[in-house]
Amino acid sequence: MQITGLRKRYGALAVTDGVDLAVRPGAIHALIGPNGAGKTTLIGQIFGAVHPDAGRIVLAGRDITRLAPHRRARLGLARSFQITSILPEFSVLENVALAVQAHSGSSFRFLRPARGDARLNGPALAALEQVGLADRRGVVARALSHGEKRQLELAMALAAQPVVMLLDEPLAGAGPEEAERLIGLLDGLRGHCAVLLVEHDMAAVFRLADEISVLAQGRVIAHGTPEAIRADPAVRAAYLGEEG
Amino acid sequence: MTRIPLLLFALLALVPVAGVGGFWPLLLERAMVFGVAAMSLDFILGVGGLVSFGHAAPLAIGAYTVAILNEMRVTDAVVVVPVAMAASGVFALVTGAVALRTRGINFIMITLAFAQMVYFAVSSLADYGGEDGYTLYSRTQVLGHDWLGARNFYVAALVVLVVVWGVLRVITASRFGRALSAARQNRARVQALGIDPYRVELAAMVIAAMICGLAGVLMANEAEFVTPAYGSWQRSGDLMVMVILGGAGSLHGAILGALMVVLAEEGLGRLTQHWPLIYGPGLILAVLFLRGGLAGRLRRG
Repeated sequence: MQITGLRKRYGALAVTDGVDLAVRPGAIHALIGPNGAGKTTLIGQIFGAVHPDAGRIVLAGRDITRLAPHRRARLGLARSFQITSILPEFSVLENVALAVQAHSGSSFRFLRPARGDARLNGPALAALEQVGLADRRGVVARALSHGEKRQLELAMALAAQPVVMLLDEPLAGAGPEEAERLIGLLDGLRGHCAVLLVEHDMAAVFRLADEISVLAQGRVIAHGTPEAIRADPAVRAAYLGEEG
Repeated sequence: MTRIPLLLFALLALVPVAGVGGFWPLLLERAMVFGVAAMSLDFILGVGGLVSFGHAAPLAIGAYTVAILNEMRVTDAVVVVPVAMAASGVFALVTGAVALRTRGINFIMITLAFAQMVYFAVSSLADYGGEDGYTLYSRTQVLGHDWLGARNFYVAALVVLVVVWGVLRVITASRFGRALSAARQNRARVQALGIDPYRVELAAMVIAAMICGLAGVLMANEAEFVTPAYGSWQRSGDLMVMVILGGAGSLHGAILGALMVVLAEEGLGRLTQHWPLIYGPGLILAVLFLRGGLAGRLRRG
């Protein structure tokens, strides 16, 4: 996925001020930055909730800058939300089966019962196994623990066989043990698809990321390997500036 | 899960077999016709979370299709039913396309506004009695048979009731039904997965309206009379009461709700002319204390 020259203003405030960002296939690309750096608005533009004033977003060779959110998803953009977003009344398996159904574009079928459909449940179960939630498949999703809901979201994203997966603070609200398990899962995604990871937990970011982009005041102020970012004086200034 | 609806259908089937007479068959015919309409509303309201306050509109469109074709001496169901269902479906497609741009209270008000347009449109049909309504020359035939006649109507209504219940049950359990339910639970999530909730909901509204149009055909035949009141906002409200009283999201609940409302109106009406004074508070108590409606109460035993 390639983002070039993306701009978004709210009145006089340039929230996204000419962002260039490339997410390489199979890599985990972390996006970090102090509060108010414009991360949320940037994510909104990638997913189509916010329309940019200028610039382009290209996914696997296709310009998706102006597409509706569901069209982007069909082209291979999957996501987890900052606040866990699942289907509370469905079972764990049904949640993921819906993701498989959405990916196959077969929601306008009216006759065959969806519940026992092996073409939905098979891939769904495989995704659940990948995140270690298969033994919870029959549980109503609202009854899951916070960490399990995070795993479920991950399984839903995986089931869509995405080109790019955007994870918006996947560790937020997770306890130390849950976080450890999730980090392990995210590490396992490397090579499956490109991951754009937005996360505040710096220890996790530096463990997981292949590349890091640092956003401050709507601009990418630094981009490079974790080692390069750690040593970058501009990054230190941005973070220290926030604290001081 | 299918025990209660099957028991309900068996009981309804027993009424003519056992020769129950008096006012019962007519009353139950009416309740079954409302049951069909209420199930169609439950499909969008209960499964899809679309609180339409205009579901009487397709009912009136179906009924007036019977009247207009009756005036043209077209009285066979082979023509009447497809035309009525198509007209109701087209109405839902056009109005739904606009209404679904809104959510919540705005959706309720827009569906109400569209239904009021239908109400005033049919009220102004001078050739069809205007506000006074229109008496049919004859009931609708089915391939030349008198299956919708007064003697056969009970069975016809029961057959339609069971078939519609079955059809909506299949659709609800299908991939489409799953997408519709998901869109109610979490719209943003459904979108992020790659399903356009707008198209799913619009299709559901068209399906519901077509079935409600069929109920309108039955209603016109049952009374041998059509009136703008079929499309009044009070009628839309009655349908919502039936769905909520029966338990939103439960198809047989909608039938139970229709039975309850029709029987309560009739029973209380015999008791006193001030029956709404009992009916109204009764409804409030039912909503407060019957969580999940009648169907939910039965499920818990």
